[in-house]
Amino acid sequence: MSPERIGVYVCHCGSNIAATVDVEEVALWASEELGDRGVVVARDYQFMCSSLGQELIEADIKEQGLTRVVVAACSPHLHERTFRTACKRAGLNPFLCELVSIREQVSWVHTDRAAATEKAMAVVSGGVERVTLHQPLEPLHVPIHPATLIVGGGIAGIQAALEIADSGYPVYLVEREPSIGGHMAQFDKTFPTLDCSACILTPKMVDVGGHPNVTLLTWSEVERVDGYVGSFTVTVRKKARYVDESVCTGCGICTEKCPVRVLDNTYEAGLGYRKAVYRPFAQAVPKYPVIDRENCTYFQRGKCKACQLFCPTHPKAIDFEQKDEILQFQVGNIILATGYDLFDCRRIPQYGYARLANVFTSLEFERLCNAAGPTGGKIVLRDGVTEPATVGIIHCVGSRDHNYNPYCSNICCMQSLKFGHLVKERTGAEVFNFYIDIRTAFKDYDEFYQRVLEDGVHFVRGRVAEVTDAARLPGEEGKLIIQVEDTLLGKQRRIPVDMVVLSAALQPRQDSTEVAYTFGIACSANGWFIEKHPKLDPVATMTEGIFIAGACQGPKDIPASVAQGAAAAARVLGRIHQKELALEPVRASIIAERCSGCRICNNLCPFNAISYDTARMITEINPALCQGCGTCVAACPSGAITGTQFSNEQVLAQLYGLLLLNVSSGPVQQPQPALVPA
Amino acid sequence: MNANGKPKLAMYWASACGGCEISTLNIGEHILTVDAVFDLAFFPCIADFKVKDVLGYPDGYIDLCLINGAIRNSENEEMVRLLRRKSKLLVAFGSCAYEGCIPALSNLTTRDATLRAAYLDNPSIDNPAGTLPQPHTAVPEGDLEIPFFYHTVKSLDQVVDVDYTIPGCPPEPHQIWAVLQVVVAALTQGGSLPPKGVLLGAGSVAVCEECALAKHEKAVARFYRPYQIRPEPGLCLLEQGLICMGPATLSGCGALCPQVGMGCRGCYGPLPGAEDQGMRMLTAIASILDVSGRPGDNELDLERKVEAAADTIVDPAGTFYRFSMAHSLLRRARTDGVEAAVPQPAVWS
Repeated sequence: MSPERIGVYVCHCGSNIAATVDVEEVALWASEELGDRGVVVARDYQFMCSSLGQELIEADIKEQGLTRVVVAACSPHLHERTFRTACKRAGLNPFLCELVSIREQVSWVHTDRAAATEKAMAVVSGGVERVTLHQPLEPLHVPIHPATLIVGGGIAGIQAALEIADSGYPVYLVEREPSIGGHMAQFDKTFPTLDCSACILTPKMVDVGGHPNVTLLTWSEVERVDGYVGSFTVTVRKKARYVDESVCTGCGICTEKCPVRVLDNTYEAGLGYRKAVYRPFAQAVPKYPVIDRENCTYFQRGKCKACQLFCPTHPKAIDFEQKDEILQFQVGNIILATGYDLFDCRRIPQYGYARLANVFTSLEFERLCNAAGPTGGKIVLRDGVTEPATVGIIHCVGSRDHNYNPYCSNICCMQSLKFGHLVKERTGAEVFNFYIDIRTAFKDYDEFYQRVLEDGVHFVRGRVAEVTDAARLPGEEGKLIIQVEDTLLGKQRRIPVDMVVLSAALQPRQDSTEVAYTFGIACSANGWFIEKHPKLDPVATMTEGIFIAGACQGPKDIPASVAQGAAAAARVLGRIHQKELALEPVRASIIAERCSGCRICNNLCPFNAISYDTARMITEINPALCQGCGTCVAACPSGAITGTQFSNEQVLAQLYGLLLLNVSSGPVQQPQPALVPA
Repeated sequence: MNANGKPKLAMYWASACGGCEISTLNIGEHILTVDAVFDLAFFPCIADFKVKDVLGYPDGYIDLCLINGAIRNSENEEMVRLLRRKSKLLVAFGSCAYEGCIPALSNLTTRDATLRAAYLDNPSIDNPAGTLPQPHTAVPEGDLEIPFFYHTVKSLDQVVDVDYTIPGCPPEPHQIWAVLQVVVAALTQGGSLPPKGVLLGAGSVAVCEECALAKHEKAVARFYRPYQIRPEPGLCLLEQGLICMGPATLSGCGALCPQVGMGCRGCYGPLPGAEDQGMRMLTAIASILDVSGRPGDNELDLERKVEAAADTIVDPAGTFYRFSMAHSLLRRARTDGVEAAVPQPAVWS
């Protein structure tokens, strides 16, 4: 007879479980067959998770003196906390409650009612055997460091930084480029309202730059993250700027005097030039320039130093001896807002990018339109002077295409509509949009589409086959011809234009998988960071204390990125206000007397919870760092590491129950454990 | 105890190589003390006894019975059942009795295949008639009977109740002597016996504890057989790609093998609570395999790399379950009913 008094509760989950599993039968079976194993009460109920269902458990704990509870319902992911809390309310340690899944693991994956019912019984039986060996546990409490690290200084990161800093908590904002601003700083107008991008962005950049609670680390990259939620230790490499920020006034004389002109592939998307000592753009934050070592005459040939010579400060702000700095600081939470890369349009050779001069990418076109861009906002061909008379804008370049990216890049429809409008407004040229579907689903977006239709922009429905300069028909000479099947007309068309704009797909950052690795989060197959729950927890990740915001999670426009930045900040602020966090007590621990110091486990921990004590020559686990994943438990060849609530005894007991070796009427007769037949 | 007041000692071999006896005699001059303290009741290796002598003893006559060897055939089983009945304390002595050891590696195949390998398919065998051992053979003088060769090799505790276990292949002499001293003290001076069921003559941690080689974090790209490389002196062999079962093996031997450049074979068996030595070592090996994978690597490529690295381990079952097959969670390979095809005679006891 079991010393425990166990209650078993079988949930119907409406018809989710009851349609496939005879839940009454399971409860009846448990009370009859598992009585010897400690089951004193077994009930079924329509919705165990409802208040009434929970009250049922609470009443039994109090009246029948239950010492263990097994709930057979959905996955522990959903309602483990619900039932643990119910037990706690009734005075039972919450970890003496075991939730076994008869929905995800039984009713949803089977159709044979009799077999499913039998399996549900086995699952319940396993739960009963396991819960008998459960230990009462207390959660671990860890303090939350009030500082937050935000990685990425685009609009999502800026928004998050301001929300948190304005609430009075310190923020470290790390940006790998010399200035914050991200992609938004490169745009001219923003859809659907056509606000000037810089006009709405730069005030926020200035706020961040001057905020007393923000430590801005541009031209810097996170190298390493140690620790755990509430207490991460972050190591940042602050790359040498060769400009002393404590002295530089940002006057710009160094840039003016620098003799080297460099094609600017980053900010100007290859359309314009910058100097070897440069600020990416006029409104850059911080204002300090940076020396591009690769192109600097002094660094390459050992002489020049024009910038230093003309620098008006005392002492000189230009410092050729500056070295990379390694900074280390503590934070409680981390927000990743690392953004996206643009699809490389050369991967679709038939569209002619980088081969036909007047094929532009969307980012190049943004720079053309921008008043601060290389053409001063004039929309002209690659020769820099000729205004196009006809412009073709191709949607879904690299998106919704199984050869490149299967997903929709979300922003290209609205961006292409915006381009159409800008061309009309500034040149009066004819504009053709080549689209598969027009997706204008958010507030005021479809109204904008109507407005562009009224502008007289033409829309051709069909995926473009080819962009070519090989003229075949009169009127095509000297033009780019767009070959497309117009699926509304049902015929092939050749449309000659002067300029082609490719609305390129948004892609995960090239190094997104490495970044994910550094921060211990996961990437989808496409490379986007994975959120904890796509609907209910969109800015959290499976790693406690790491949040994501903006396009690093998936293609997103500015309003959505801002919303996520603010949402992530709100989650972090909630954490900071709690001051401490209760962590699941499911942890691995090392039995010191059994550890021989073989060091097999030493480099396995994804959370860096394992360390080797050289004096005692044994390995130790930091319980606050451990997340209870079990990797080391499985690896330890000496059986010296055990996982709380996942001990050998508990797992074997559950198997024993699952195989129905615990009941006399089970399919397998109880074996004589010591004596084995030949 | 009989008239002269000396406790009775027996030592018997089932399916064994004889190494356990040699190790017992290797306790050196202490053997004189054993002789002085005990009366030998049954010890086929060193003294002439017959089964009928044992049959003639009253039940519980033997005070201490050390049994080495696995249970391979019906004779082994009959003898250990008999000795169990006649003994107060029965000890599973050495790896075969404890966990099956080398004989139990034949659990990876069938009875039929084992007999074929031993009597037919082997270049050193001259057996033109293809004769295989038969349990019964009729000859003019009568019916000859030999023991039945079992399908599955078993450990001693899978056949009879065992009081203590001494691990090792063979157990180290100093450990044997230590155990004998404890038992002798209990039998002659009224000392207390260790609790039933425990392992005697062994440590409580892994072999690494006793091994002086320097240990570091481990990342092994491939494994080598001992003849393929000359190990760096003073450095953990496992780190150098030589399979060493030390981390998964109970201490007590003094880490003799690894300290002379030969990886631990694992003869002292798993640590208490570690359940399955082979599986434990396999998961440990899997944990230290380093194929220089990076997040985002193609999974198929990684799988191929892991397989290639794992393929450098020759005979994994024989390596990781060399001593523990019969006592492991696996116990034997599946034979899908082949074994039931040969009926097995009843065993008297």
